Amino acid sequence: MASNTANKPQKDRRKSNNAISDTEAQALVQHAQSAKKTYGRGAPVRTKSVKDRKLRANLKSLEAKYKNATLQAKNAEILLDNTAGLLEPENALEKTYKVRQDEIRRDVGIETAKKGFELRLNELGPYDVCEYTRNGRDLLIGGRKGHVAVIDWRDGKLGCELQLGETVRDAKWLHNNQSFAVAQKKCVYIYARDGVEIHQLKKHPEATHLEFLPYHFLLASVSTAGMLRYTDTSTGQMIAEQPTRLGPPTALCQNPHNAVLHIGHQRGIVTLWSPNTSTPLVKVLTNQGPIRALSVDRAGRYMVSTGQDRRMAIWDIRMFKELHQHHLRQPGSTISISDRNLTAVGWGTQVSIFNSDIFTCSPDDVVKVPPPYMAWGGEGQTISRVRFCPFEDALGISHNQGFSSIIVPGSGEPNPDALEPGTNPFETSKQRRETEIHAILEKLQPDMISLDPNFIGNLDVASEEQRKREKDLDAKPEDKIANLKKKGRGRNSALRRHLRKSGQKNVIDEEKVRVREAMRSMDKREIERVSKLKKDYGPALERFARKGL
Amino acid sequence: MKIKALSRPAASVQAPGSNVAHTTRNLDPNLHPFERAREYTRALNATKIERMMAQPFLSSFEPGHVDGVYSFAKDPKSLEHFASGSGDGIVKVWDLPSREELWQSQAHENIVKGMCWTRDKKLITCGSDRTIKLFNPYTTPTKSPPTSTWLGQHAFTSVSHHRSLPSFAAASSNISVYDVSRASGTPVQKLNWPSAIDTINAVSFNQTETSILASCATDRAVILYDLRTNSPLHRNVLTFALNSISWNPMEAFNFAVASEDHNVYIFDMRNMKRALNVLKGHVAAVLSLEFSPTGEELVTGSYDRTIRIWERAKGHSRDIYHTKRMQRVFSVAWTPDSNYVLSGSDDGNVRLWRSKASSRQGIKSYALRQKLQYDEALIQRYKHMPEIRRIARHRHLPKQVKKAGEIKNEELKSIKRKEENERRHTKKGKFRRKAEREKMMLAREQ
Repeated sequence: MASNTANKPQKDRRKSNNAISDTEAQALVQHAQSAKKTYGRGAPVRTKSVKDRKLRANLKSLEAKYKNATLQAKNAEILLDNTAGLLEPENALEKTYKVRQDEIRRDVGIETAKKGFELRLNELGPYDVCEYTRNGRDLLIGGRKGHVAVIDWRDGKLGCELQLGETVRDAKWLHNNQSFAVAQKKCVYIYARDGVEIHQLKKHPEATHLEFLPYHFLLASVSTAGMLRYTDTSTGQMIAEQPTRLGPPTALCQNPHNAVLHIGHQRGIVTLWSPNTSTPLVKVLTNQGPIRALSVDRAGRYMVSTGQDRRMAIWDIRMFKELHQHHLRQPGSTISISDRNLTAVGWGTQVSIFNSDIFTCSPDDVVKVPPPYMAWGGEGQTISRVRFCPFEDALGISHNQGFSSIIVPGSGEPNPDALEPGTNPFETSKQRRETEIHAILEKLQPDMISLDPNFIGNLDVASEEQRKREKDLDAKPEDKIANLKKKGRGRNSALRRHLRKSGQKNVIDEEKVRVREAMRSMDKREIERVSKLKKDYGPALERFARKGL
Repeated sequence: MKIKALSRPAASVQAPGSNVAHTTRNLDPNLHPFERAREYTRALNATKIERMMAQPFLSSFEPGHVDGVYSFAKDPKSLEHFASGSGDGIVKVWDLPSREELWQSQAHENIVKGMCWTRDKKLITCGSDRTIKLFNPYTTPTKSPPTSTWLGQHAFTSVSHHRSLPSFAAASSNISVYDVSRASGTPVQKLNWPSAIDTINAVSFNQTETSILASCATDRAVILYDLRTNSPLHRNVLTFALNSISWNPMEAFNFAVASEDHNVYIFDMRNMKRALNVLKGHVAAVLSLEFSPTGEELVTGSYDRTIRIWERAKGHSRDIYHTKRMQRVFSVAWTPDSNYVLSGSDDGNVRLWRSKASSRQGIKSYALRQKLQYDEALIQRYKHMPEIRRIARHRHLPKQVKKAGEIKNEELKSIKRKEENERRHTKKGKFRRKAEREKMMLAREQ
């Protein structure tokens, strides 16, 4: 008895221990899963099916290393300095889209409040261009009448101010804040930060839109004639010149995930381009009228397009499926997607900012059009371009009366990586020079641009198999006809097709004889089958016994 | 309404008054696009830099020999001394760090065929003048006479010292084991295969399994002997004469032989049915070879005037060294730290090479070390990519070697074609293909 009583509590304790270890294990598993989700690189290799022992051991240790790396990366998250901004209603009556800029400015710190400002530039016409550098430090604005200015916008320092006296259609920063390209009336010019003209790209005539691929050092332009041109800005060489054959383009944007260019056309088509193919990689019909604006999110998952048909379409560009589309009261003239997947759309005199729910809400939802996260405008300023500032909670809006910067809490990536070339907001000039050299050393070749950016380094399995087959001298030669025999019967059978397609009818060789023989035997079997069926069905139903069923 | 916006003051990155900026990191893959392509580009750059830095030749030892250098011996008790013997009978002892001659003597009247060091740091040389001599290079002055001499019946070709006992084996047409302490005595043991008559080209003691001895001969045979039973163990006859033999210092049951048929064969002493590996690449007879002290690599010197470095488990050479003035390479050796390779050639020079052509031995900063390690890992990861493989494999070859290689390739192809044709026209199953590792085996005796 005594021993019994002594045993019981021990058992219980063990049970509770088990429960603890179970929850612990579960937490660990969850941790590992979330690490894999954010930091993992695709599905692991299934090592168990590998027959070669040495290879299996190597792969196993590699997989263990990868798993460990994801866990370590996840653990390193505690070292991140900042958390993202937010705008949250405290009760059901509060709506985030009703919050005004002055309320936000009152509630945030002085330094942050300074990020909302306005530049009144009434005389120099609609400002079609505003662009931030990749680290978000410098701002480039350009007016249609030829006024171009470069500003260190946080310090309010003017870099340079140019009066070009010529139409400015687009402008883009190059790889850092030291130079920018401007698409002018006749051709594209490259200016240094201090406003000195460095290059005139005569081979880019009448460019309407510009795009710069920072890792490939490619400046791309599309012209009124619909030509897409790529120039390598590190060597000055023209890489590719491709006619889109769809008339003057209406929008251009890049997919930052794979450096594919998206061009919007008059017919509501979006075409995807790489410099390696003379035809578009993909053609997508997104809108019913001319496309007005395009944008792709940072991870290269979603594309948002607006058209003259006043629709805003959201596409999953991994599957090329439309997620949903909704109506704007006026055609959306400009879109920008922030690092944290906030989408700003400028339409008419208004700017609406949607949060990332528009990418995740399912088409079956009750609420078809999610309410905007924030809204701005309605004061008679026609919006021509919106751009989110990288690594800041700010949105730059250029309109016909100048430029406004508004605070959008939660839009910017809070933690920049200082070692990623071009994205360090606190870069010193020495660091900038160093990273420029490293970036040029690591310049990617234009032929690495493809829809799947990670195809590089993959094994060419097909040609390896071919080589192996050639090496294997004892292998039996493949019997084509035996394969054809298996492929179905009837009027259009593989054998019949082979006979039809294999050229001259009057030549009789061994192969053709074999094919005919196989066909005959197949026919014979078929006839036998039908007669057997007829017998089975009986006299009333025998007309239903047919060939080829 | 809860409102919070990012504020990232400059002071958070660099504290006022400090000159060190805080490097913020964020490992989110979305912040680092094109990682595969960029890594590949880095690997390509690393490969190019590795090839750019590849300067294998360091220097030749001055003053060199007047005649060709036909034998080497490393002092096993010292990292810095080795001896070289030449065709005119002169033996020189060299100091590696200063690359200077320490000692020299006229050891033989004729070619010095073999040398080895005793455990008490004395030098044994043998020559085709039928003598074996013992010198004391560290304590006696230059050109001093030998401390003892053994006379034999035939010209000696090779000597090898026992790991622990004061005895050494000398090869002529048979193998005689002498005792170092019994000066000018008769051999303690005599070993030979009963039916073998031809000259034994090389003999080598296994330094781990110390009583095992291997020899290779002009009659194409590799023979293993055991001193304890005083008898030969095993004899393999290959298709061509063999020039040199070397035991793997780490895997003591493996040894490599250099053959006249341009190949090197690695055997496992426990299973002599087939070779462990065949190293192909030379375009003339392989004259000498040695395993590296790590047991992972081999160096070979050949009649085609090149030195090749091989990885033990790979079939082709890792690197190929040559200079304009280097003639037939009759002797090669690794330095005991396995960072350098020595070669002695027909032109009388002893040359020093890096074993890894792009490595440098100077003191490196932490950053540089990390960079080199990273580059190595990158090259390893992307070595299968065509561009990287092409650059990594590219070597400039002397015209003669390249041409000879092409001709050899053509010849091999034609032989293969011929065999295949024969096979196609004989009865099925009668004419079986032989594995490349068994092809050279003619006979096996135990």
